[in-house]
Amino acid sequence: MSNLVDTAAPPSRPAKLVDDFAPPLILPGAHKLCAGCGEPAAIRSVVEMVDELGLTSRSVGVFGIGCYTSFSPGMDVEVLQALHGRAPSLATGLKRVQPQSIVFTIQGDGDMVNEGLQEVIHTAARGENVTCIMLNNGVFGETGGHMTATTVIGQRTKNSLEGRDPKKHGYPIRMAEMLAPLDGVAYVARGATNNAGNIFQLRKMLRSAFQVQADGLGFSFVEILTMCPTGWFLQTGEAPDYLQDKLQGFHKVGIIKDLAKAPDE
Amino acid sequence: MTRESRGTLVIDIERCKGCELCIDACKPGVLAMTTQSRNDMGYLYPELTPGCTACHACALICPDFVFQVWKYDDPVAVGEAAP
Ligand SMILES: Cc1ncc(C[n+]2csc(CCOP(=O)(O)OP(=O)(O)O)c2C)c(N)n1
Ligand code: SF4
Ligand code: SF4
Ligand code: SF4
Ligand SMILES: [Mg+2]
Repeated sequence: MSNLVDTAAPPSRPAKLVDDFAPPLILPGAHKLCAGCGEPAAIRSVVEMVDELGLTSRSVGVFGIGCYTSFSPGMDVEVLQALHGRAPSLATGLKRVQPQSIVFTIQGDGDMVNEGLQEVIHTAARGENVTCIMLNNGVFGETGGHMTATTVIGQRTKNSLEGRDPKKHGYPIRMAEMLAPLDGVAYVARGATNNAGNIFQLRKMLRSAFQVQADGLGFSFVEILTMCPTGWFLQTGEAPDYLQDKLQGFHKVGIIKDLAKAPDE
Repeated sequence: MTRESRGTLVIDIERCKGCELCIDACKPGVLAMTTQSRNDMGYLYPELTPGCTACHACALICPDFVFQVWKYDDPVAVGEAAP
């Protein structure tokens, strides 16, 4: 026990504050999500990147419906609540009447891909200058962990207890790869919150997406793979590896399209 | 190689839900869960040993915002008096 560092109070020697518990713009105790959930790290990174780019006062988050919606009353960013799956359309309207604002959606895989797939596709195809963010855990987490259209083959969910079987349940959709070829789309990337390396990379992706919007280049999309230990029937400590082995095997992490880097394409 | 602490933490143990995500996220491996002590909610929680780099990976992954991260102006050799 003698080797422990005292972590009850700040250090007495000169030091700089790097992180102060809850990130700026999120209230401590803002959410009631499960232990080991991957969504808080995603939301945290979203608002921190908005803030880092100095866009906070112009920003509006349009929330879909899922576990992440728990954050909407606990954030110091303007928030609009959409009907299930309709956030991209609400974001479109908002951006068109207030073009100076920075508009992003926070949606889940259930919300975006099952409940309102056409909304995001049309928004992307029209090249609306908004940023859509999808937290992808492959389950309808909030309503009990059932299979969604992004659930990967073999993934156990409440209604695929033996694992998703394409013969029975069909094949999943790769959202990022589906949106990327559309002409109105300027930026597409997929990140994850399951380890430090992925989170640092995700933060760069989010920064790029918001910069693309600030520069008026068109639609931007960031998909974020997040742990749902509850819906995956796993111990919290097992979920990051499960994400890596199962989800990342199908939904590959990386930058898929970046017109800011290749303006002539 | 001489090890040093480039930073330290304040750990708000009462907010921790014992998920252990911070343990694997910490590259230098200086966080470890308690094996006996539990917080008021009944969870084991992380404790810090010397060698923190103030990389803030633990803070970025923690779902419950348990960490305050400090970076020392000057690194402290491990073994020197506690911060
Ligand atoms: C029109 C409508 N249908 C169904 C629901 C019920 N519902 C609430 S949250 C949710 C699942 C959301 O899943 P996802 O977007 O993946 O978020 P997660 O909870 O997994 O983070 C559903 C089906 C609803 N609120 N409104
Ligand atoms: S059900 Fe899954 S997504 Fe929802 S809070 Fe729990 S771990 Fe997070
Ligand atoms: S700041 Fe980095 S090195 Fe220090 S405890 Fe956290 S993860 Fe480990
Ligand atoms: S990640 Fe946060 S909630 Fe989970 S064990 Fe570590 S300190 Fe506790
Ligand atoms: Mg989901």
